[in-house]
Amino acid sequence: MPLLEIRNVTRRFGTLTAIDRVTLSIEAGEFFTLLGPSGCGKTTLLRMIAGFDAPDAGSIFLDGRDLADKPPEQRPVHTVFQSYALFPHMSVARNVAFPLQMAKKPPEEIAAKVKQALAEVHLEDKGASYPHELSGGQKQRVALARALVTRPRMLLLDEPLGALDAKLREQMEIELISLQRDVGITFVFVTHAQPEALALSHRIAVMRDGRVEQMDTPSRLYGFPANRFVADFIGNCNMLPATVSEATPHGLRLAVGALGEVAAPPAERARAGQAGVLALRPEQVHIVAANAAHELKNHFAGRVRDFLYIGDVTTYVVELENGTRIEALLANSAPGRARFFEVDEPVKVAWRHDAGIFLLD
Amino acid sequence: MNRSGWLWAPSLAVYAFLYVPLAIVVLFSFNDSRLSAEWVGFTLDWYRKLATDDAMLAAARNSLLIALTAALIATVLGTMAGIAMHRYRIRGLTFLVLTPVAMPEILLGVSLLVFFIQVLNLTLGLVSVLVAHITFCIGFVAIIVRARLAGMDESIFEAARDLGATPWQSFRLVTLPLIMPAVTAGALMSFTLSIDDFVITFFTAGVGVSTLPLQIFTMIKVAVTPEVNAVSTLLMLVTLTLIVLASRVAPDALKGRT
Repeated sequence: MPLLEIRNVTRRFGTLTAIDRVTLSIEAGEFFTLLGPSGCGKTTLLRMIAGFDAPDAGSIFLDGRDLADKPPEQRPVHTVFQSYALFPHMSVARNVAFPLQMAKKPPEEIAAKVKQALAEVHLEDKGASYPHELSGGQKQRVALARALVTRPRMLLLDEPLGALDAKLREQMEIELISLQRDVGITFVFVTHAQPEALALSHRIAVMRDGRVEQMDTPSRLYGFPANRFVADFIGNCNMLPATVSEATPHGLRLAVGALGEVAAPPAERARAGQAGVLALRPEQVHIVAANAAHELKNHFAGRVRDFLYIGDVTTYVVELENGTRIEALLANSAPGRARFFEVDEPVKVAWRHDAGIFLLD
Repeated sequence: MNRSGWLWAPSLAVYAFLYVPLAIVVLFSFNDSRLSAEWVGFTLDWYRKLATDDAMLAAARNSLLIALTAALIATVLGTMAGIAMHRYRIRGLTFLVLTPVAMPEILLGVSLLVFFIQVLNLTLGLVSVLVAHITFCIGFVAIIVRARLAGMDESIFEAARDLGATPWQSFRLVTLPLIMPAVTAGALMSFTLSIDDFVITFFTAGVGVSTLPLQIFTMIKVAVTPEVNAVSTLLMLVTLTLIVLASRVAPDALKGRT
């Protein structure tokens, strides 16, 4: 039995349908992420699990029990808020002790557990501090310690890293992963930042306009997006409009605009004559000098339009002879060879016949 | 002298305008002269006289009783109203709570008088004054409390519920401590508004009951005696003490920044 089951949940605000018949289940011990652009309903869904909001239709089950009549304080689920929501008039230790006091634990147990919880987030010496004396990262840790100290069945995290700068965010991501592994509690994480989702999650539900577009592991979402939205939202993607000219179990032949025939891996639902896009990740596209020899089936001549040097990689924007632009990623791994091609230099782009994925419109 | 040195002149003038009259009242309450025009010598006679003035003592007792009770009840009701105005977007609630604040006092006085006499058929006295004072104080408390809540992160209150607090526990342990500065300020303001209110009290007190402002008014109809200065000085002292007390109580709650 899954830990959390959301069945056909719908939530409307006036004429807006924030959540539209969403069904999903989350297993115990999972790091599960709700990912989507702002306004996709991910936070509304989280608030309904926490009990701050209620579905208009459908139900939410935790451990097989319907949560409908349970107010937030009776749900074994705690939330880490985006703004941390620490109690400003209480010291760090009293903040962390709060849920234990609400659960009417004896004082000795509270003291011991607060100490342990602060140790877990490396804030042993901050117990007497007040929230306004802490940095953003420290507040974040206190919020985590407070939400985990009673060992809830599930921890909900609402864009908890949103307010942190890039370096700190990466550090907190690593800490979150190890914390989740150590305490073994199910995490439900809400974010609009796809790198964060890919880095942290066991499974991700990609949401748009109140619906779940695709639900899978990070690598399958990235490698096999179900539609254009997911392909575009997760990572970068070249989208080449294409029509199926031949479909066999071994592969597709696609007519891609003025490029002509392109070979692509098989797609289950593709039939000859259908229109869609060929989605190609920039790192699947090779870029080589115009006169270089190669044995790839799909290759096209073009010129470098732009490049973006990021340090570890360089992204080239190549304009093909017919005007189509394709992004290609090249690793800068060899020292002294940080950049291979200049703007306006003639080059060739190529990709393997089994690279890319055909997505129906 | 720094660049904005010239600002000293107008600010001094403003402070003088605010405080010199008060200082004169205090000073002349110790003046050994029946006429307040010039300084003759130091005396405590007026305070002694005050202590034996039964009418004045009765008025002071009434004023304190009314102000304390009105402040207490208006603070409780006003806090509830302020929280309701912030939390529930009830159409018209804000209008209902705040109208008495904006209403001219004379209008409120007259309408309360008519209401007490013609609708409730009440004998005017302490109770009618008390009810009238509570009526106009609630709005002030509600405004202050709502302003405080408006500046706070709503997820703090959700976090309390989320971590296992019942609605009552959440109010007692989180909401109340955080709005305490506003509640204290509201109580203080109610007390001050009530203890020096003249117009509304005048309409709702009837003949049997007097308060300090009514009593002082009766006295100055004859002449401004040093006794009036003495009672004003005492009134000032009470108010100042309250302000100091409030600032002693408030700092702890004032830490409640988000």
